[in-house]
This record gives sequence, C-alpha cells and structure tokens, in this order.
Amino acid sequence: MAETLTNADVECVFERPHALIDRPHHYCPGCSHGIYHRLVAEMLDEFGLTDHTVGICPVGCSVLAYDYFVVDMIEASHGRAPAVATGVKRALPDAFVFTYQGDGDLASIGMSETVHAAARGENITVFFVNNGIYGMTGGQMAPTTLPGQKTTTSPKGREVGGMGHPIDMCKLLQSLPGVAFLARVPLSAPKHLKTARKYMRKAVQAQLEKKGFAMVEVLAACPVQWHMEPMAALRHVDENVAKVFPPGVFVDRVSAGSEERPAAGGGDGGVVRTETERQ
Amino acid sequence: MIEEIIFAGFGGQGILLGGGLIAQAAMKDGLWATWFPSYGPEMRGGTCNCLVACSDDEIGSPIFNVYDTALIMNLPSLEKFGPMVHPGGLLMVNSSLIRVEKPRSDVRLVEVPVNDLAREAGSDRAANVVMVGAFCAVRSIVRPETVADVLREKFASKGPKVIDLNLRALEFGRRAVEGVTV
Amino acid sequence: MSDTRRLVKGNEALAIGAVHGGCECFFGYPITPQNEVPELLSSLMPAHGRVFLQAESEVASINMIYGAAAAGKRAMSSSSSPGISLMMEGLSYIAGAELPCVLINVMRGGPGLGNIAASQSDYFQATKGGGHGDYRCICLAPWNVQEMYEHTRIAFDLADRYRVPVFVLADAVLGSMMEPADIPEQPPPIQPIEKPWATVGLNGRSKHNIVNSLYLEPEVLSDHNEKLQVCYRKITAQEQRFDTRLTEDAEYLLVAYGISARVAYSAAKLARAEGIRVGLFRPVTCWPYPSEALRKIMSRAKGTLVFELSAGQMLEDARLAAPGDHPVAFFGKMGGVLPTPAQVADEIRKFVEGLHG
Repeated sequence: MAETLTNADVECVFERPHALIDRPHHYCPGCSHGIYHRLVAEMLDEFGLTDHTVGICPVGCSVLAYDYFVVDMIEASHGRAPAVATGVKRALPDAFVFTYQGDGDLASIGMSETVHAAARGENITVFFVNNGIYGMTGGQMAPTTLPGQKTTTSPKGREVGGMGHPIDMCKLLQSLPGVAFLARVPLSAPKHLKTARKYMRKAVQAQLEKKGFAMVEVLAACPVQWHMEPMAALRHVDENVAKVFPPGVFVDRVSAGSEERPAAGGGDGGVVRTETERQ
Repeated sequence: MIEEIIFAGFGGQGILLGGGLIAQAAMKDGLWATWFPSYGPEMRGGTCNCLVACSDDEIGSPIFNVYDTALIMNLPSLEKFGPMVHPGGLLMVNSSLIRVEKPRSDVRLVEVPVNDLAREAGSDRAANVVMVGAFCAVRSIVRPETVADVLREKFASKGPKVIDLNLRALEFGRRAVEGVTV
Repeated sequence: MSDTRRLVKGNEALAIGAVHGGCECFFGYPITPQNEVPELLSSLMPAHGRVFLQAESEVASINMIYGAAAAGKRAMSSSSSPGISLMMEGLSYIAGAELPCVLINVMRGGPGLGNIAASQSDYFQATKGGGHGDYRCICLAPWNVQEMYEHTRIAFDLADRYRVPVFVLADAVLGSMMEPADIPEQPPPIQPIEKPWATVGLNGRSKHNIVNSLYLEPEVLSDHNEKLQVCYRKITAQEQRFDTRLTEDAEYLLVAYGISARVAYSAAKLARAEGIRVGLFRPVTCWPYPSEALRKIMSRAKGTLVFELSAGQMLEDARLAAPGDHPVAFFGKMGGVLPTPAQVADEIRKFVEGLHG
C-alpha cells in the first residue's frame, strides 16, 4: 500500500508569491516583465501589503498587469499613472500605492506627471521598466533607446543629432528634494535580483515611512523587438544598456537597514528565497 | 423698477468695492441686485468699471451698455460712458478730478468733489464711499443707513478708525448733494 | 432678507457648492476666468479636512480625479474652455471606467486661446462627447449665482447615482458676477452611496477590484458599451430639467440657457412691452436635453428663436425637439460678445415679422 505524503513531510522551497494571481502571463519569451511582476508581488507579500494596496498599470506591454496581481488595480491612460497614483494616495493616505510603468509611458508621454509627482514628494512607489523600446506598438524608438539603436522609427539607428539623446531618468530626478529613493538595476542575471529586491524594499519603505517619491528603474530585455535571442538580449543589457544607464543608488533618504527583508511581514508565507539569495 | 448703474474710474479708486456697496445694500433692502466687474489686463492703474443693477423684480441680463446712472470718477470714464446715459438719466462726476466742458442738456448732472471730501473725511482713499453717499442721497434706490451697515460689516475686522472714516465719507457725500433731488 | 442670503460671486458659489456637495478631493490648474474657484477651495478644502491639490496641468488634474474617484471619493476639477479640452482624454477614460466626477467649465471665447470673455461655444464638447468613444456626461447649465451653488452641490449626487461625469457648464459672466444667493451656513446632509467597486485595497475582500476601460475583445467591449447606453437612457428618462418664464400665453418662444437666458429674459420683457408675446424656455440640463417639454411648449407657439453665444450648437437639439413644421430660427454671437437685451429684442421683432411677412 502506497504511503501518502502529508504537508508535514515536505518542505516548500519555491512557490508563487501570494500577491500574484495563478494565471499565465501574456509576455513574450525572454521578456523581463514576468520577473519584475514577481519581484513586485514578493514585496507586497513580504511587507504584508496585499490587503491595502492599490496598483496602477500603464499603457504599454504591461497594460494588462491588473490581471496578474491579487490587489486592487487601476488602469491609467498613457503616461498618467503618477497623476492617478497621486489621486489615490491623496484620497487614501493609508493605502500602499504603486505604479508600474514602462519607459515610453514614464519618460516620454508621462514625463510631466513623473517629474511633478517626484517634485511634490508624492508618497508613491514607482516600479519603472526600461527596455529602451515601444514593445507593444511594434518596436518604435523610445526616449531611452540607445544611440545608434535600430528601431522601426529609427531604421538606420538612433542618430542623436536629430532624434535626441536617451533620457537618464534617475539622473534627471536626482536633483529633486521630494525624491526619497532612486535606484537602477539590470534584471539581466540572477545575481542582480538580490540587489533589485534590496532597492525595491527601500522603495516600499520610503512610502511606508512617508519619506516621499521612490522609484526603482530596472534595465529590462525585449528580445523580440531587439531582434535578439533571449540570452543575447540579456548580454546586451549588461554590455551596452548598462553603460548608458549605469546601475546604482542615486538617492537614498530611507532609514538604514530597510533594504533587508522585513522580519514580521504579514503575508510572509508564500515567499521563498531564490537560489541566488540562499548562496 | 430697475436701476442700471455704471461705476467707473481707474484701478485703485475702489470702483469695484463702491459698486459692491450699492449691490450689497440693495440686497439688504430686499431688492434683487447684480454686480459685474470689468477691467483691463493690468493688475494696477488701468481702467476699471462695474455694472450694478438693482430691481424689485428678478433681473435678466447683468450686462447693459446704456445706463440710468453713471458714477464717474475720472475723465476717460466720462468720455467713454457719459454719452451712454439714458436721456433723463443721472450723471454724477468727480469734480475734484474732472471739469465737465460740454454738459449734456438731456441728463441730470451732479458734480461732487469726492476726492476733496474724502481727504476732509480723513483719507483720499474713501473717495468711492463719498460717491456712494452722494448717489444714495440723490437717488433713493438704497438707503444710506443700509450702506452704513454694510460698511460696518465690511470693515469690522479693520477696526473702529477705518469704520468711522468710511461712515464720515458716506455722510460727507450725502451732505454735498443736500437739496439736490432727481 | 433671509439669514442665508448673501451677495456672492458666481465662482465663489461654485466653490461653496462643491464643499456642500461633499467634494472630498479637488485637483486643478489655474486658468482665467475661474480662478476664484481653486483660490477659495485652497483654504475651504483643508479647513474641512479634505484634499486640495494644484496639479501641474489639466491633464494631470483629470487623471488625479480618475485616481481619487476610483478610490471612491467625490472628486472634481474646475477649469475653462482650453483647460477642459486638455481633460478630454481623461474624461473619456473616466466615462469608460464608469467613475463619478464633477467638472466645472467656466466657458470663455474660443477656438484656441480665444479670449477670457463669456462664450457658450463648448456646448458640443460638454453634451456630445468631447473625448473619444460613445459616452455622455450629465450637463447642468446654471443661469444665476444661486444655481451656480445648487448645480455644483447636486452634481456630486447625480455623478454618484449614475456613475457618470457631470458637467456644470457656466461662463465668464456668471463666474465673475455677484448677486444675492441663498446659501446656508451648514449644507443639507449628504446621503452617501455605497461604492463596492472602488479600488481602496482589498480590506478582507476576496476578489480584487479593477478600474479599467480596456476591453480587448470586441464582443466584450460591445457589451460594456451597451451597459453604458442603458445607463444613459435611464438618465435621459429621469433627469431632464428645464425652466420657463412668461410662457403661459406665449405666441413665440425664445430658447436659451445660462447667461444667454438672462439676456433673453430681459429681451422677452422688452418685446412684450411692444406687444409681442414672447416666452422663455431654458434648458437646465443641456444633456439630457429637455426635448419632451420643449416640444410641448413649441407645439403651442408659432415659432422659436434660439439664442446662444455660439455659432448655433444648442440650436441642433432645439431643432431635433421641434414638431415637424415648427419654425426654428437662430441668433448667436461668438468670440465673447454678449448682445444687449435690446439687440435680442430686435431679433425677436425681425423673426416675428419674417414669420408673418
């Protein structure tokens, strides 16, 4: 007679964060959105925030992100997520409010809303995905497209003389006193995820401490619109994108130690450390 | 009954406040009233006027370009609005600043040296209130006692000195036109 | 004089109406001729423990409203024509996501930068869309300072009841004029409406709320639109409002709203003094347009003159309401020109002569 295993007999070493809905993502193979979604969900779990969070999605590849998180979600118009987040946060000061935005959304059409939310020191957390291209609309040039990079609207490569230079959002926002935390990290290798988590915890903590505007920019891969194999796309992030957009912490006015995983996070159960983290 | 009034001068003469006093007093006396301001784009020193209508019936348009009464505080306003007084209407001018060269024969002209009287009352700045006092006395649309009440309320926060000055200005305006009726 | 009667500026009445209507969040950007609204609310709102924020643009304002309304709050902005144009994209999202909100438009001359004088050339924008997609906004058109207060106050109830944006469509004259209005110190109590759809955090709820206007499947978006149309039909059936003056024995009708109705009322009195029996029909809701009531009154009259500060926008709705053979003529001024009652009376005379000529 076969023996039955009970829960007591097995150790759960990996599972989906509770804040993430069990549903296949629509993202292309090799895309970084899935990883970033997971990291965001981990934060909500770690800090026990799922019960009083409102998330705001952008227009762009992550337009459907509201279908993936268990928390209350709002779909904003293109670029306006920081203004929508401002409205929510002012209306509900005790809610945890985050936006999830791509580079076209945040740094092009939504530049004004981004800069002014930061200038006001709006207590919101911005998760910024920079892949240097308009993915969903078919690979057009973005404000963060690298010099020389070919896109469907810069077929001979981005020529900075006429098409402008890529915008470094972290540097641009760095001068604003309303910014509490600002950091950039590539999502190109498992070793960077640990750093990403540290930054993201700080960005969450900034809001919980009411310190002001917090943003984590991740350098993401878009193999499909970059016309690269997924692995090549990741190498491209490290070798080229990170040269133009150097990773690091740009502003940190958050309490020391808050990059560590919170000890008594309410929704802790679902979070298990990855291989990298356990090393 | 409807009385359509223009109060006109330059910015800084208290034109809008003067017209507001009449409208406020009219309301207190149980009349319908409207007040509409008009001024140039400059914040200081430009031309300025307001339209005030008082009526015992619901008022239609708050804007009109012919007047039953024109309260004129400076020369450019006389040139612009003097000709727009209804025949038989009332034209009151600030004779401290204006000499009427060619008076219209078909309107009643009342000249009041409002700046001189205001100075006598204690401050040049109360010239608008002198004009309101004179208007109340000549034309019985609103009662001077009601205007006095409005002044007491309006300047309550500024203390008794300011209130007394304005009440004096109102009274000087009334006395300046004693015996004049329209 | 009652205790509550005060001499108040139209724009200030709008602001007090907002507070009394239970507005919880105001977001706005300066533009003439409505600046007294945010100026007054910048102190009134915090004094009542509510949110006031000067946004970086009208685009941001309307999206802050979107966020606050999604969070279940009574949210509004006030602006004037060019600023309202900037809000149209956001308004379409708000309508698509079935959120309630209140927008005040103190109309000025257009198109473009135009001028800051009174105009009524944003009627199409307020009543027939403005933004993209099939949506409607309730549109209240005050004609005096009393209604500037009342309409803003009740706009929040209407918005919440139907989950639609509500316009208060005023103009530069109504905004800057003063007249007596009955405004109580204490507002009448507000009946809060449950908003189980609001994105406020789960707070123990098992399923998440999503505020959204994206429906990628055509059939699903079609169904969503049908649902919106059902709501608009309900509003059309229940919320038509109008007002009349001197219509009991009227042989001719003037149709005008807002400030033009004030001028028209004066003009009607002038015409009556000459023996022309004219009455005034005033749409109080521009959408839903009070078509039934207008049709009834028109059917007793010999002809109608529509008067607007535009090239003839509300005219289209008046014509749609008119019985088949009822003559409808138009008189309008654009660019911020406000005709005098005498000018409108002249137009009435010409119209009547034309009918019998």
